[in-house]
Amino acid sequence: MKAWLTAFVVIVTRENLRFVRQRGRFLSALVRPLVWLVVFAAGFRAALGVSIIPPYQTYITYDVYILPGLCGMIQLFNGMQSSLSLVYDQEMGSMRLLLTSPLPRWWLLFSKLASGVIVSILQVAAFLAIAALAGTTTPLVGYIAVVPALVLSGLMLGAFGLVISSTVRQLENFAGVMNFVIFPMFFLSSALYPLWKMAESSPLLRDICALNPFTHAVELIRFALYGKLDLTALLWVSACFVLFMLAALWGYEPARAMLRAKA
Amino acid sequence: MTGLEVSHVSYRYGARKALDDVSFSVEAGRFCALFGPNGAGKSTLFALLTRLIVTGEGRIRIGGFDIARTPRAALARIGVVFQQQTLDLDMTVRRNLTYFAGLHGLSGRSAAEAIDAALAQLGMAERADEQVRALNGGHRRRMEIARALVHRPEILLLDEPTVGLDAASRQAITDHVHLLAERGLAVLWATHLVDEIQAADQVVVLHRGKVLSNGTAGDLAGGQGDVRGLAKAFLSMTAEGREVPA
Repeated sequence: MKAWLTAFVVIVTRENLRFVRQRGRFLSALVRPLVWLVVFAAGFRAALGVSIIPPYQTYITYDVYILPGLCGMIQLFNGMQSSLSLVYDQEMGSMRLLLTSPLPRWWLLFSKLASGVIVSILQVAAFLAIAALAGTTTPLVGYIAVVPALVLSGLMLGAFGLVISSTVRQLENFAGVMNFVIFPMFFLSSALYPLWKMAESSPLLRDICALNPFTHAVELIRFALYGKLDLTALLWVSACFVLFMLAALWGYEPARAMLRAKA
Repeated sequence: MTGLEVSHVSYRYGARKALDDVSFSVEAGRFCALFGPNGAGKSTLFALLTRLIVTGEGRIRIGGFDIARTPRAALARIGVVFQQQTLDLDMTVRRNLTYFAGLHGLSGRSAAEAIDAALAQLGMAERADEQVRALNGGHRRRMEIARALVHRPEILLLDEPTVGLDAASRQAITDHVHLLAERGLAVLWATHLVDEIQAADQVVVLHRGKVLSNGTAGDLAGGQGDVRGLAKAFLSMTAEGREVPA
């Protein structure tokens, strides 16, 4: 068991050192949601009214509404960024080195995944701190209660990133992932508008959003930020995590990669 | 036996047979050159030996452990240097080795001692705190060999480790690894360069997925015992459309 823990620690340390070195990545991870919060939310505050829906007990301003969605956005982008580093590792051969460790493959991939989650939580913490300074806050208990929610949503989104990266052969193809996976996933969710609002314009769109795992990650975070638990979201996110992790383990079978390379 | 034992191993990529009934063994203290032209099946064999891929045909034993039945015990006894460099260029030599040691469950003082010993073995001790990016190609390769030794393996696998190196670096690395074999390691060195092979080395000739020959370099060279004799023997064995029985 000590060997498992040691491997976990070195994998997490390596990913975190990589992240610290990439200051641009940290800045862009913060700037992206802050632009949404400061510019987008300010513009829409007047246009959009959000009625009282759980977990809120009073009318809220739009910036308060999109805060959990932006936390999810950070994790979504980070999950993809981490999986991008896996594609890089595959191209550079470091993945081979990792997989020749005498530890179970699932544990090595899980450690990789967990290291990405830790990085994403640090990013979300920095974002929430800046948002609080800018006046967008949440109850104090929420800052603690959100941590387990972020762990679970981070694991689910990270595993989703692993699945995507296992199907991408080259770094160059990754730009397509941004256009065809990340943006639809973000916009077709409850991150920017509540689902009832979406239903007003299109019930079909609402249904699509309700089936989007990212919607449930956002709702899990939203409720946790108010010290509450959305059981449906918890079940959705947990089930999706297990599903994505199994698919990632299947996708990261090196024999399959070698077959593809020889094809 | 200790060392490496490959028995009747075959592997297919779809319809194409990459390895066909491959058998050979490398005992502890032996330097074995796995010689073969490009496409001979060397990389596939290495992928099988490191369990990146698995096959249902044949058996591979490493340090006495069957890689199919006891993969963790078998992998713990292997040190690998891949053809493609697998280094984190922005980290120091020591940090790269610490990462690898951790993947093998080594941490703290035992990891530090193992890293120092491995670097000293390859004459790299004074470069431990340098960034890998600052090292030349030869030193990077030496560092990868040192890394492969950190967990004190019984078998060292090197897949064309001198690719892209200048003559002096190639010579130095070849000599170093021969020395490691003399000290008791079983070494499997994939190559297609005859000048990396010494007369007393074991040579397994792989061509189109089959073992064509398995013996000492001196015997293969037909008594000539030099590089030219070896080159001639290999060329005659691996010539297009011709197969020489082992």
